[in-house]
Amino acid sequence: MSAKGVDRDLELRLDAIRREHGETIQVDQIGEVVRAMLETMTGDIGAGDLRLYRELESLASYIHAAKEEIAALRPGEIKNEFIASATDELDAIVGATEAATNEIMDAAESLGSLSPMLDQEVANRLDEITTRIFEACTFQDITGQRITKVVKALKEIEDRVESLVKMFGAEYDDGSPKEEKPLTDQDLLNGPQLPGNATNQAEIDALLASFD
Amino acid sequence: MAVDKNMNVLIVDDYKTMLRIIRNLLKQLGFNNVDEATDGAMALQMLRVGNYGLVISDWNMEPMTGLQLLREVRADAKLKPVPFIMVTAESKSENVIAAKEAGVSNYIVKPFNAETLKTKMVSVLGEF
Repeated sequence: MSAKGVDRDLELRLDAIRREHGETIQVDQIGEVVRAMLETMTGDIGAGDLRLYRELESLASYIHAAKEEIAALRPGEIKNEFIASATDELDAIVGATEAATNEIMDAAESLGSLSPMLDQEVANRLDEITTRIFEACTFQDITGQRITKVVKALKEIEDRVESLVKMFGAEYDDGSPKEEKPLTDQDLLNGPQLPGNATNQAEIDALLASFD
Repeated sequence: MAVDKNMNVLIVDDYKTMLRIIRNLLKQLGFNNVDEATDGAMALQMLRVGNYGLVISDWNMEPMTGLQLLREVRADAKLKPVPFIMVTAESKSENVIAAKEAGVSNYIVKPFNAETLKTKMVSVLGEF
């Protein structure tokens, strides 16, 4: 039924009430009038419809609030900056421990090569010690596997964050960095740097010398 | 029969540092003829053309895992009798059961020490 149709029905109903009760009505007659008014609306907006509209409105508010909260989390930044950075740091740990382990084993193998030059008792003792070194080096394999699991978990989080951004619309967070703010003392504490980002000692010396 | 320490041993791991560690531990135990493979497929190829008295393999490798390698070895009439020790960080009982069902000779959980390696090798090969 069109809005015009509703207005016409309402007019007719009001005329009927006016005929029955006159221009003034008692307070206790108001309920009857309202009931009559609501009957007029039957077929257009029922009580069930009103409940549904209220629930839809509440759902829309909830989705809007959720979008605002997700936007506040800056999911693009989490994906592009924090997770990417954490993954790089973990890769650097694996690389550094692997290099150190190989260095330790180089030294142990060099020690082992001295055995033939020593008397048997000392040589046996040296072999025991180098064996313990090799045993200890197995930590690197385990550490590497554990870190790989963490990287996989981070990747999973990254994928889910990406899905969330897609679902709610990329316009909420394009992943662009936050507005630049002046560096605080706390901001300066973010070492150790990743190998590719690090400034080496010679560069630091040169930088210091440039102040002279 | 005494164990021939000159036998060829094939060690399989996708992690070169681990291969180096196992090679050195085997050397300490007197086994110097050690070859290396970095995945199951490479190991299978080497086993089919070589003459190995023992395989020591990691589980978690790509594209062919240690378990798949073990199944291939046990399905091959020529390779079937070769002792196969799994050395892995996979320590859940279902892993051990799966390996046993596939025909593993023994199972070492990482991290491990030379003594454990020797004990497992003795149980598979006999005293040396």
